[in-house]
Amino acid sequence: MQDLLYFLQQLINGLTIGSTYALIAIGYTMVYGIIGMINFAHGEIYMIGAYTALIAITGLAALGIAWLPLILIVALVCAMIVSSSMGWAVERVAYRPVRGRHRLIPLISAIGMSIFLQNYVHLAQGSRNIGFPALIEGGFRFGSADSFQTSISYMQITIFITTLICMSLLSLFISRSRIGRACRAVSQDLGMASLLGIDTNRIISATFVIGAALAAVAGLLLGMYYGSIDPLFGFIAGLKAFTAAVLGGIGSIPGAMLGGLILGVAESMTSGYLSGEYKDVVSFGLLILILLFKPTGLLGKPEVEKI
Amino acid sequence: MLEVQNLSMRFGGLLAVDQVSLDVQEHEIVSIIGPNGAGKTTVFNCMSGFYKPTGGKILFEGHEVQGKPDFRISRLGMVRTFQHVRLFNRMTVVENLLVAQHRHLNTNLISGLLKTPGYREREQKSLDRASYWLDRVGLLDLANRDAGNLAYGQQRRLEIARCMVTEPKLLMLDEPAAGLNPAETRDLNQLIVSLKEDYNVSVVLIEHDMSLVMDISDRINVINQGRPLASGTPDEIRNNDAVIKAYLGEA
Repeated sequence: MQDLLYFLQQLINGLTIGSTYALIAIGYTMVYGIIGMINFAHGEIYMIGAYTALIAITGLAALGIAWLPLILIVALVCAMIVSSSMGWAVERVAYRPVRGRHRLIPLISAIGMSIFLQNYVHLAQGSRNIGFPALIEGGFRFGSADSFQTSISYMQITIFITTLICMSLLSLFISRSRIGRACRAVSQDLGMASLLGIDTNRIISATFVIGAALAAVAGLLLGMYYGSIDPLFGFIAGLKAFTAAVLGGIGSIPGAMLGGLILGVAESMTSGYLSGEYKDVVSFGLLILILLFKPTGLLGKPEVEKI
Repeated sequence: MLEVQNLSMRFGGLLAVDQVSLDVQEHEIVSIIGPNGAGKTTVFNCMSGFYKPTGGKILFEGHEVQGKPDFRISRLGMVRTFQHVRLFNRMTVVENLLVAQHRHLNTNLISGLLKTPGYREREQKSLDRASYWLDRVGLLDLANRDAGNLAYGQQRRLEIARCMVTEPKLLMLDEPAAGLNPAETRDLNQLIVSLKEDYNVSVVLIEHDMSLVMDISDRINVINQGRPLASGTPDEIRNNDAVIKAYLGEA
């Protein structure tokens, strides 16, 4: 019984972290799906989302506003707006001028953008950890009192629900809306979409913006969950989300969702049964295994050429 | 309506197209023929904005279009197909036609999210147009299949339907009969003529199937090694010595 409860606890923790990885991974996978490049500044966009949310929360507290739903919504909206504009700007500055050149060039300019954003936040916000208020406290507990107790915090529930809402909205958007339809067309054949009169530059911008908005949601959620943020906050999360995107099959949106969850669970199981220090080993080991044995990822489709 | 004046395209040291001129009037089917490697597709690529020509002018309804981005040219009403079928394979047949109407639709995100009456009306209109053209090319039953799963001849027809829902004035078809069997070629023949007769679309055609070309063209331009060789009605071309020599070699 105790073992089961312990397992359940790890599973819950894993799914919590995993769903935020999935949110960030969407940004990598969408951009890759459309222009075939990895947006290495995406982790920084997520970090900036977390900072913006924190600034908004602090500002509202200074104004004496204490109504929780309002604080959360304002913080979320601010973070999404700032991150989206950053995502848009990254595309304009670091990608569009070098699109169509050798593949290494946009890669390097994206890494440059990432370093720039990291250092910009260093300068603007200082390099130390800043505490992030845990606005949502408390939770459920179950299991007998003398043995191990499984707990689900309200924060974890919030993360699940928010992620679920975001993913459902995104799926609806991609499958039903006009822009979503155009996104799919551009990702399959950019040249043809352009010839049919679709302004592909706008669609590419849209994917950066959507990915950045989702990363901002993850920034707010993880900021509250971890309780502190720093300018390097985006680096590891970005790498993990990238791993999740590759694991699920880069370019595939359901793949990013699945990859995020698998990675989160794998990490928390490692921390729970082995040691916390091994969790990065396991997640990047998983990446290597996937690249070796199924390079297209779990849900990625191999490019089939009809002859 | 379309006038190509002294078009040249140079790739490094290779002059792929040299001083080619042609014109297309309204309500006309004009073919470009020539041996392999003559530069026909390069002319198309310049006209559709794929390449920026190194010399000459392309006027479409009085607008200079050479070197403009392809989506602007297609918005003026010039749409093309490729030698190879280029459908959105992982989208359904009907989605292929809906996405081609993207520019006709209001792309305002807010009205899309709120599903305003105007948005619904336009969406319905584009769906109606899509089903009209699916019916016209005989693919209505397959509307919800993935385009990639259609048979080759069906994919060819879907491509033409996808061009037509953009309401072009000029359709540029690059070897539309390639890979079709004789029966399918006959259907295509009728379809292209009907586009001209019933929908008032002008057509520029690159094609190797001579029976098709001679059957439906109003005028033919022959290109050889990047240079214009002859132009005229099918009868004139059939009896042109230079053309016969280029195709069959000197006796």
